Amino acid sequence: MLLTNKTALELGKLIRAGEVSCVEAVSEFLDVIKEKEPEINAFITVCEEQELKKKALEVQKGIKTGELTSPLAGVPVAIKDNICTKDVRTTCASKILADFVPAYTATAVRRLEEAGAIVIGKTNMDEFAMGSTTETSFFGAVKNPHDITRVPGGSSGGSAAAVAACEVPAALGSDTGGSIRQPAAYCGVTGMKPTYGTVSRYGLIAYGSSLDQIGPIARDVADCAAILETISGKDKKDSTSLNRTDSDFTSALKTDVSDLKIGIPSEYFEEGIEADIKGNVLAAAESFRAMGARTEFFELGLTKYAVPAYYIIASAEASSNLSRFDGVKYGYRTKDYKDLHQMYKKTRSEGFGAEVKRRIMLGTFVLSSGYYDAYYMKALRTKALIKQSFDKAFEKYDIILGPAAPGPAPKLGSSLSDPLKMYLADIYTVSANLAGLPAVSLPCGKDSEGLPVGMMLTGNRFNDKAVIRAAYAYEQARD
Amino acid sequence: MKNYETVIGLEVHVELATKTKIFCGCSTSFGGDPNTHTCPVCTGMPGSLPVLNKKVVDHAIAVGLAANCEINRSCRFDRKNYFYPDNPQDYQISQLYEPICQNGHVDIDVDGKRKSIRIHEIHMEEDAGKLIHDEAENMSLVDYNRAGVPLIEIVSEPDMRSAEEVIAYLQKLRTIIRYLGASDCKLQEGSMRADVNLSVREAGTEKLGTRTEMKNLNSFKAIARAISNERQRQIDIIEAGGRVIQETRRWDDTKEESFSMRSKEDAQDYRYFPDPDLPGIFISREWIDEIKASEPEFKDEKKRRYVSQYGIPEEDADIITDSKHMADIFEETARLCGQPKKAANWLMVDTIRILKELSKEPEDITFAPENLAKLIKLTEAGTINSSVAKEVFEKVFADNIDPEKYVKENGLAQENDESALREAVQKVIDDNPKSVADYRGGKEKAIGFLVGQTMKAMQGKANPGIVTGLLKELL
Repeated sequence: MLLTNKTALELGKLIRAGEVSCVEAVSEFLDVIKEKEPEINAFITVCEEQELKKKALEVQKGIKTGELTSPLAGVPVAIKDNICTKDVRTTCASKILADFVPAYTATAVRRLEEAGAIVIGKTNMDEFAMGSTTETSFFGAVKNPHDITRVPGGSSGGSAAAVAACEVPAALGSDTGGSIRQPAAYCGVTGMKPTYGTVSRYGLIAYGSSLDQIGPIARDVADCAAILETISGKDKKDSTSLNRTDSDFTSALKTDVSDLKIGIPSEYFEEGIEADIKGNVLAAAESFRAMGARTEFFELGLTKYAVPAYYIIASAEASSNLSRFDGVKYGYRTKDYKDLHQMYKKTRSEGFGAEVKRRIMLGTFVLSSGYYDAYYMKALRTKALIKQSFDKAFEKYDIILGPAAPGPAPKLGSSLSDPLKMYLADIYTVSANLAGLPAVSLPCGKDSEGLPVGMMLTGNRFNDKAVIRAAYAYEQARD
Repeated sequence: MKNYETVIGLEVHVELATKTKIFCGCSTSFGGDPNTHTCPVCTGMPGSLPVLNKKVVDHAIAVGLAANCEINRSCRFDRKNYFYPDNPQDYQISQLYEPICQNGHVDIDVDGKRKSIRIHEIHMEEDAGKLIHDEAENMSLVDYNRAGVPLIEIVSEPDMRSAEEVIAYLQKLRTIIRYLGASDCKLQEGSMRADVNLSVREAGTEKLGTRTEMKNLNSFKAIARAISNERQRQIDIIEAGGRVIQETRRWDDTKEESFSMRSKEDAQDYRYFPDPDLPGIFISREWIDEIKASEPEFKDEKKRRYVSQYGIPEEDADIITDSKHMADIFEETARLCGQPKKAANWLMVDTIRILKELSKEPEDITFAPENLAKLIKLTEAGTINSSVAKEVFEKVFADNIDPEKYVKENGLAQENDESALREAVQKVIDDNPKSVADYRGGKEKAIGFLVGQTMKAMQGKANPGIVTGLLKELL
């Protein structure tokens, strides 16, 4: 039986039914990884085969004794390499952490492991999650499995590519400004960023702390819901995590959307968007109408301010979050230095890549005395206004429908030369982070060159279930 | 020379007496091997997150209330960004924009005059680790055991004019904070640290002069010396036609001079911004009321009560109430033995003498009030004489022994039996004919020597009153 094209839930079901063993599942995926990695480069670290098989046997035992009942028990998963895994190196795709082995496991990963999921490896990404292409990785660029001359998107490009290439049924990514949803769209898979605070950030190496959320990337909506249900929940180690009583996300896997009101921001389709994307996303809106949902164009407002506000806030937080990588305690330290100051300077100059340095400098600048009010405070006010405009929209609509990106996956090497253009392509995704909203990106067709197109469904804060329901209903109708 | 006025404001850091650190569950206790009281959070490991220890907020509110501050019902933490190896995240979590307490004051008494010192703000923050420089190996090591220990910083307005006022202010703060049990406030050990901001101006003028900030002041004496030295240094500069530079200086108490650490020009831009990892703190009315309700009786109140309730002199009451610990021992001892004046006396005289000899503070007293009360009872009942009592007290102080048991086991009860003593007295008379002759010749003082000889012969256990009576009778 070919296992590697199964969804996580399908595979979990086969394992629990005893039709497939955990060891078999792990072995099959390892084979695919071995075959495809030279081309795709989705993984920075693949766990040691013997260790994996040992773990698979343990899980098998747990299933047999009835200790492990989760639908994810025995399912191999991949983890983005900015999420800490005890004893498995966690690099953030950076030279500065290239040999860093955490002493503890992130809460989200621990919850997956407690459910019996088997962490098969750590996925490639843009360095410190800064980028939209997974080309800024110290470990080399990831290729899009649909067209290896193209990027998989980013920053969770490794997670999205690994799922798309059937190297793993599902993976965790992190999303600060679209880093789950945009690569999911480019790779033709499904990715979800939940309401801010739904998943503990403990163990997620911070980029923009007020925006970062961990979320699933998988082959379909049901897998995303099941993973989210497993990893969510209040964590006393993360003060920003929420105590939600409505985290039974799989209960929202329903196909009835006749009560949903869907708003479509008209400005999303006005300029900068490619015709194929527009066509596919508006066709998806048509499908929703066909299923009985009400759809309507409306003016969301403030859209053009989202990207600048995002880059100021995320970079400001990053400039402080990344200070700790200083060569003193762990990670890379420069070889030759005369004094402390030079050690810091050389370590960080040599250890960080260009994009990370660009954002650290930008963030340091906007927090500097004399510029704080003009940039950082103004960005926070803009963030508050954007949140208000969404609040207003959600008074009328349950869901906001739009594209995940203005075009399909770009060619490798075409983005980094013009970072401003690359930043502007985040226009559809960053608002959900600024406003803390749940949003899912899922495939809605292909462009004229056969490249995947993704649409994005955004819900109000805490209304993750509406997002899951709408996505699931569309997916069922599409397939 | 013109007449100059010294203007002083203080920034006082106080280490809070919580069991665990401000943002993680690690122990705050002293003396562990380097980096044993650490975890991913307080060593700045990637992906770790701070979680606020509520007890820190309790202490900060309590100190704020005792210092007559407004408690900000909503406050939050900010990050102060700077690179230094003792700072594991390379930012310190502190409060700049919305501190927990503001606009308070404490009253001090100097030269019989009461003065109010305004408090600008109190904020919460985390302590840094410790750098150890190994000269032999030519390297530096970091110990993060202290990293994340909770601090409050109490910032005064520039309301003090002399070293006496500064010390009175610090003593007042220390007494309040110790009464609250919020810290042990030891300057020498660094659990209370004072930075002195000082400027001088011509007497009678309004405008403040340029100030300097003095660090590394580890005792009240060092503070007094540093203030006098810095005042003179600034006056000398001004008198010579120069200008005082705004800078941070480090006091060297052995050399009795200060050195420039950094001037305002190379002051760092700390790029403070709200810490996104820590949600705002909302302090309810109930929370404040609860802390207010559990406030102890503070020194001034207690002192007044001791004078009226126990009839002890105000001066004694002042010294006993300096330490809540000593005051507690006093009251409990007085209650158990019913002799408040005797209890006060043991504390005022013998206890304070021993503390001074050992360079210890009243907080270091470890004996139980029960044992001091028993000692007082033994003395009052005439079971032991006063010199034996002093000897027993040394043991009570050092080892918290039970005086009843100790006196019994060591046979220290005094001899009150006249017939038994008569024999000893007679022997002393027989052995000391010269003193006997002196006494009989009118030298009254000679009897003292004979009493002493009898006491010696009785190994100190004789009742000195009876011995004197017997001597007079037999001579």
